[in-house]
Amino acid sequence: MSRVREFPLPDLGEGLTEGEILKWLVQVGDVVELNQPVVEVETAKAAVEIPAKWAGKITSIFHDEGTVVDVGSPIFAVDTDPGAGDLPEPSAASLAAVEIAPAEGAVEPGLIGGPAPGGRTAVLVGYGPKTGAAKRRPRKGAGVPAANGVPVAAPAPVAPEPVRAAPEPVRPAAVAPAPRSGGSTVAPGGLVLAKPPVRKLAKDLGVDLRTLTGSGPLGSITRDDVHLAASGSATAAEPAPVGPGTAAPAFGPDREQRIPVKGVRKLTAQNMAASAFTAPHVTEFLTVDVTRSMKALDRLRGRREWRDVRVSPLLLVAKAVLLAVGRHPMVNSTWAGDEIVVKEYVNLGIAAATERGLIVPNIKDAGRLTLRELADAMTALVQTAKTGRTAPADMSGGTLTITNVGVFGVDTGTPILPPGESAILAFGAVREMPWVHKGKVKVRQVTTLGLSFDHRIIDGELGSKFLRDVGDFLADPEAALLGWT
Amino acid sequence: MAKGDPAGTARGRRATPRSARSGGKSPGTDLVQLLTPEGDRIDKVTWSDGTEYRVDFTDEEYRGLYRDLVLVRRLDAEATALQRQGELGIWASLLGQEAAQVGSGRALRPQDMAFPTYREHGVLYCRGIDPIMPLGLFRGVDLGGWDPNEFKFNMYTIVIGAQTLHATGYAMGVNMDGRTGTDDGEAVIAYFGDGASAQGDVNEAFIWSAVFNSPIVFFCQNNQYAISEPLERQTRIPLYQRAAGFGFPGVRVDGNDVLATYAVTRAALDNARHGQGPTLIEAYTYRMGAHTTTDDPTRYRIASEVEAWQAKDPIARVRAFLTKQGIADDAFLAEVEEQAKQEALRLRERVLEMPDPEPLTLFDNVFPNGSPEVDAQREATARYLDSFEGSVH
Repeated sequence: MSRVREFPLPDLGEGLTEGEILKWLVQVGDVVELNQPVVEVETAKAAVEIPAKWAGKITSIFHDEGTVVDVGSPIFAVDTDPGAGDLPEPSAASLAAVEIAPAEGAVEPGLIGGPAPGGRTAVLVGYGPKTGAAKRRPRKGAGVPAANGVPVAAPAPVAPEPVRAAPEPVRPAAVAPAPRSGGSTVAPGGLVLAKPPVRKLAKDLGVDLRTLTGSGPLGSITRDDVHLAASGSATAAEPAPVGPGTAAPAFGPDREQRIPVKGVRKLTAQNMAASAFTAPHVTEFLTVDVTRSMKALDRLRGRREWRDVRVSPLLLVAKAVLLAVGRHPMVNSTWAGDEIVVKEYVNLGIAAATERGLIVPNIKDAGRLTLRELADAMTALVQTAKTGRTAPADMSGGTLTITNVGVFGVDTGTPILPPGESAILAFGAVREMPWVHKGKVKVRQVTTLGLSFDHRIIDGELGSKFLRDVGDFLADPEAALLGWT
Repeated sequence: MAKGDPAGTARGRRATPRSARSGGKSPGTDLVQLLTPEGDRIDKVTWSDGTEYRVDFTDEEYRGLYRDLVLVRRLDAEATALQRQGELGIWASLLGQEAAQVGSGRALRPQDMAFPTYREHGVLYCRGIDPIMPLGLFRGVDLGGWDPNEFKFNMYTIVIGAQTLHATGYAMGVNMDGRTGTDDGEAVIAYFGDGASAQGDVNEAFIWSAVFNSPIVFFCQNNQYAISEPLERQTRIPLYQRAAGFGFPGVRVDGNDVLATYAVTRAALDNARHGQGPTLIEAYTYRMGAHTTTDDPTRYRIASEVEAWQAKDPIARVRAFLTKQGIADDAFLAEVEEQAKQEALRLRERVLEMPDPEPLTLFDNVFPNGSPEVDAQREATARYLDSFEGSVH
């Protein structure tokens, strides 16, 4: 377009706002070559020579030596085609150059200060058509009175939470507030806290980190959180929580329900995931004819001193386990990294389904209790658990656990070890089944036992012997008692 | 001085830059030089460990090196001018270090991998990369546009010294892949400066490369200043001697001598590719310009020092050699000047034509398969930009 180009003072040093004209190396009327030094300018960082950006004749010098000029203000002008004849009158822009930015039309498209597609002005960082005091482009919707309340038409980012975030207000500050995704795990700025290996794991397992609640420091997501999310059935072998599970789910419009993970569920998840992925589990099964045990229970119930006592098959299973531990003490142990801690005492855990979820209170030193004391302790323990009043001490320090999945009508499962324990026995439903008894098929009461154990401590042989002993006791409790004690 | 008295030894050898700072005489056998500042060829040089360095170039190759040096300097000067004119945000000039870069860059074989700093425009040129590439980076319109695998030249690394560790890891990988031990083996070169030699990263890279006998050449352009800090405040011994402490050879070469730099680098790379492990090369040179365009060197060094180095100019000595030997005539020199001018003009035109990227393209190419976080950031930025009147993006 125009032959005359005005050269605005560039930002010579990464974020400077002004420079001082030290010395003009040319005069108006001089013909300069491309890159010929024109002026010395000193900034806060350096004194530098500015080379001519265009070849041609200097037509204007806008500032005297010693003047401090804002970055973006024109400092000289060049007629880029001086051989083409006289120029028309200098532009008004150049006459008032100190105050006025270079007219957009004076610079060709694509050049700094020139128009760019979309009606914007091509600029570099810290460099632009500055007109004195800082001026910002006006916001859309300016004039709406509330200082903080100018809503934006576009919706807020969809956060991974059931309730949509309200439209985000735009503050009249230069920097927009970072988008806040809601949800307890998502830190301000939409960040999900997770270490790179955890992110990799989540990616590999197809888990969206934004949907998880972190259990790590500062709410960060751990490997266990990811594993848990990836294998939602990790705790399936454990009795499911009765309360929330049976309540009618409150589905949202998206036909999905989001239940915050907290309390017992969170603890359960952590424990299960931690155990499942640290202790190598082995599970063995044994189907046993427990008809004699059931008859023994009936006889027990008939005794006067047992009249007020709740007697269940679980009692005999507990007794069987305690006796079998006496014969195989290694089963009652803890893997402690560089050593195995074998315990003389048995804190017998009984997994209990409560309204708050699964809890595993234990009976301290159960091996020392008489059968009657054991029965009383189990009754009290379960009652306390169901009312949600189990003391924390009763839930810690367990050494071996029984989970009674039979009460839910299933035959067996592959239980997951409570952290720190090396064996857990699943006791399935006792059913009337056709069974070969003394050479004939008879209807017998049969159950299936499932024993998971920590293979770091317990070899297959030991685990099998232990399970066999539990089964032997239940098959013929009197004989086992006589034979073992 | 007794052995085992490192402090005393250090004191005894303190006068490190005995050659250059005052423009004094050459360090001699502890500086490999094959072309004197006056343009006289030295046939061969024997380094203190007995290694013999020589080059045997054809006239055409000599002229080619001269052309490289002139072009690299001219393009660098154009970039500096473009920064002064507001077209680049910043520029790190290589002025004075052309021989160190062209000599080492031409010593690379095609299969060798280079890890540059942000000043290796000469090496970049020798690797066959379009010289416009780094200008996009310094103009702020892209993040470096070349494919490191295609050109065997990594992205510019701004973090001081970090690339030496990248190079070390890469070199360890070369060994693990079994790509060393033959003439066709791959070698790695890591560029850094005297200032970076004090970085922990660089020292870690020395240790790992030494212990794993990696096929790597550490190429230190000692340009005498870590921004404003002179060499004597960075080291008590010549930098190349540090290699001994890490367990691999170090050699000092006249970094303003393109022939010696070529010879030393080629030998070190060949040792590396044959499985002989790392070498530290200290290319003794001088940064004639500022650290970057944001810096003012007159505030920390005196004019006489610059003048002394001016007399050792890397291009003038090649020109003197070519002229004295009758390898090049005035027509050739003029032709090279004209080519450099035209290429500089073309570079300028292309820089001015570089489109400003749309703001939202910032979020492209962050992760190969995208990321929910980046998507959310893109949306938020789009909303922010939309909140201005007249915004189109």
